[in-house]
Amino acid sequence: MKIGVPRETYEGEKRVATTPDVAAQLIKLGFEVAVQDGAGATASFPDALYEAAGCRIVTSGDEIWRDADIVLKVRGPEPAEVALLRSGQTLISFLWPAQNPELLQSLTERGVTAMAMDSIPRISRAQKMDALSSMANIAGYRAVVEAAQHFGRFFTGQITAAGKVPPAKVLVIGAGVAGLAAIGAAKSMGAIVRSFDTRPEVKEQVESMDAEFLMLDFDDEDGSGEGGYAKVMSDEFIKAEMALFAEQAKDVDIIITTALIPGKPAPRLITADMVASMKDGSVVVDLAAEQGGNCALTEPDRVVSRDGVTIIGYTDLPSRLAAQSSQLYATNLRHLLTDLTPEKDGNIVVDMEDEVIRGATVCKDGETTWPPPAPKLSAAPQKAEPAPAPVAAPEKPSVAGPIIATVLGGLALLGLGAVAPPSFMAHFTVFVLACFVGYMVIWNVTPALHTPLMSVTNAISSIIVIGALLQISSSDKVIMWIAALTILITSINIAGGFAVTRRMLEMFRK
Amino acid sequence: MINAGVVTVSYIIATILFILALGGLSNQETARRGNWYGIIGMTIALLATVLGVVTQHYTILLVALLTGGSVGLLLARRVQMTQMPELVAILHSLVGLAAVAVGYANFMDPSVQFTGVELTIHDIETYLGILIGAVTFSGSVIAFGKLSGRIGGKPMLLPARHWLNLGLLIGAIWFGREFVVQSAAGAGMTPLIIMTVIALLFGIHMVMAIGGADMPVVVSMLNSYSGWAASATGFMLSNDLLIVTGALVGSSGAILSYIMCRAMNRKFLNVIAGGFGTGGGTSAAGGDEEGEIVPIDAAETAALLNDAREIMIIPGYGMAVAQAQHIVYELTSTLRAKGVNVRFGIHPVAGRMPGHMNVLLAEAKVPYDIVFEMDEINDDFPDVDVSIVIGANDIVNPSALEVPDSPIAGMPVLECWKGKVTIVLKRSMATGYAGVQNPLFFKENTRMLFGDAKDSLDEVFRSL
Repeated sequence: MKIGVPRETYEGEKRVATTPDVAAQLIKLGFEVAVQDGAGATASFPDALYEAAGCRIVTSGDEIWRDADIVLKVRGPEPAEVALLRSGQTLISFLWPAQNPELLQSLTERGVTAMAMDSIPRISRAQKMDALSSMANIAGYRAVVEAAQHFGRFFTGQITAAGKVPPAKVLVIGAGVAGLAAIGAAKSMGAIVRSFDTRPEVKEQVESMDAEFLMLDFDDEDGSGEGGYAKVMSDEFIKAEMALFAEQAKDVDIIITTALIPGKPAPRLITADMVASMKDGSVVVDLAAEQGGNCALTEPDRVVSRDGVTIIGYTDLPSRLAAQSSQLYATNLRHLLTDLTPEKDGNIVVDMEDEVIRGATVCKDGETTWPPPAPKLSAAPQKAEPAPAPVAAPEKPSVAGPIIATVLGGLALLGLGAVAPPSFMAHFTVFVLACFVGYMVIWNVTPALHTPLMSVTNAISSIIVIGALLQISSSDKVIMWIAALTILITSINIAGGFAVTRRMLEMFRK
Repeated sequence: MINAGVVTVSYIIATILFILALGGLSNQETARRGNWYGIIGMTIALLATVLGVVTQHYTILLVALLTGGSVGLLLARRVQMTQMPELVAILHSLVGLAAVAVGYANFMDPSVQFTGVELTIHDIETYLGILIGAVTFSGSVIAFGKLSGRIGGKPMLLPARHWLNLGLLIGAIWFGREFVVQSAAGAGMTPLIIMTVIALLFGIHMVMAIGGADMPVVVSMLNSYSGWAASATGFMLSNDLLIVTGALVGSSGAILSYIMCRAMNRKFLNVIAGGFGTGGGTSAAGGDEEGEIVPIDAAETAALLNDAREIMIIPGYGMAVAQAQHIVYELTSTLRAKGVNVRFGIHPVAGRMPGHMNVLLAEAKVPYDIVFEMDEINDDFPDVDVSIVIGANDIVNPSALEVPDSPIAGMPVLECWKGKVTIVLKRSMATGYAGVQNPLFFKENTRMLFGDAKDSLDEVFRSL
């Protein structure tokens, strides 16, 4: 089947749906790949590289749309592009069917199979094709870079000859993929990072990145919604939350907000008053600008200054890191296509039994198949069942056992002493003492030398040869020959054991 | 030629030297000197005995000594480091055989005369020496067979095997009584021979029933037995040197067995009773986790290694099988030259005998100061960028800690999943000896590099 990758037509969009590397892998899967000329230019992938990877470069946009069996895009198609689609074609891109019902309607009418990268269910198997996560990761990183650009100070604290520089304090609201990426980026630049999220399960993730997790004292309210997303919280919770933000706003230098609730406008978390209370020179980066913004003063796609605070409302942060986001997006697409081509013969099979493919497919054969049945998995452990009682409380080591054993052992020894002749008891004393010496000495042996220990003990246990030496002078021929045989085999052991130990020990070096 | 007093003093010196030899093994620097102490001690003991006790048949003695010695040296030179467990096992069998032979010779020796309680005690000593020797002998031969692959590694489980063992034990005791009674009347050869056969069967049966993963315990246990056999022979001959040396070796093996059992969180008796890792019965318990595995190829592995600052290599028996230790070393030295901190984490039961992995790595010239024991490095995993698991399975199985009813629950394991990425080199998705599925393979931060460990690492090395 033929894959077509047209240029992105949306204004300012610099990403491209496939990179030369990924195209080469798609060709290996059996596809033919055609790329519109200049499609990758804004993401720093020149046509020559695509050609080298085995793609056909097509100059006419119409031809791409017409000839392709599968069209790969980043943004959803414009109306003019929808008009070029025909029945039987497959379109894979971001579509946002909830926000764009007309687009979904017209795609259905044209009879195409449309797969929305934003509708891939967030289950662990589908992580490799989760383009939302890839893009959110980039947005989070870029948010910190943008903040740094508008922030007039260092992120990291320093003690210099010219005085002390305090580290910047960054508050990240919403510790999803973007939030965590922002935490990581800010942290690695040396800032003090705090984070807030309504879902308690992310506390551990935040702390694992060495950031501070701000907690609200709300024991029984869990903000985890279906599919790992956040949900709308109660009024009291929001009140407490707002108080926390108001307090933090006075303290921190940079606020990065990433709070989104699926299908709802972004929650308003940073009020104009909070912005006013921030120090001059502070920066707010609002990653929810497209959905209305977490900050009251955010203007989408613009950087504004209010009360000395810079508020960044870019909605195209992934596109501002076009090469990186194209690479990740293209890889997500490749993983999806790999799953779609079970035979690796370049023919896709849209298997509606597959949870991932079912979730992504928004329309097929003239029928709208969106929304899919809801995914039922959450990263949070279900809290329905109370924590099970600690598994079998550790048994206290019984004191009785060793005491009984010691007493019995002592009695047995006394009994032995009562009947055994003195000569035996002398040997027995030596034996018991030797056991103790052995016990003390062996515990000091380093585990790395356990093999040499075995071979050397093997060699010295051949001291049994003494027994044979005592017997070899016997005038009884049978005894003499048995003794000779014993000497033979024990001397194998003596020489072999010591020699192999020496060989091993020679090998240990620093 | 020299009198009894000098012989005794020589024995005392030899004893001290043996203790020093074992003490020297406490670290790598003193170990070589320790080995020399052992050699000197043995030489002194031999010389004193030959000069002080032996009165005739010097030629045969010398021929036997020299022949055996050269065979031993040849063996030691030829053996591959991966075959060390086999060599140790077969050498144990020789000690067992020697104990049996000395016991019989002593019993037949008409010059040994005791009466009353002394005779009874002497008979019991003889009997025990032969019994332990015979079990050591046949057990070691079977262990050798299993380790060298001549006998299948799977445990052989006879029906009612515990009853069979009990029967053999009772038989041994009963014939022991018979032997003591008959010996007092001047006979006793028949029960002695029957008992020897029983002991041989017992040794075979015991080791046959033990699975491959428990081999480290078996090898150390046989090591211990060979010591006890020497000690019992010492009692029989009233020779303190043998008693002391045997006791040293016996307690050494016993401690090793204990360490190995603790490393698997299993009871010694449980291991000896055998039957672990049969695959059938145990795998159902908490092991059926399935999930998505993420394969990786050599080039991607090389890229991961290039970006890492901290690398932990976890070798297992699979590294020995694939003979991959040399390429592991080359990989290590290349990465270390780039300033990457490559370290090795060794689980106590990795391999087929205690310390097996250390010896293999030492053979490949890996410096021992970057090879660490499990307890030394288990807390460092959160800082590790890439862990490479080479041919190991059960020793990196998180269900040992997380699944209370898993067959390996409670066994200490190397917690590599706490690091950033774990790369598992493996031939296939088969389970380890314990027959337990390994949830490590399905963790998000685990990558599977399938194929022969040596070939895979070769390729990784080239892509580096």
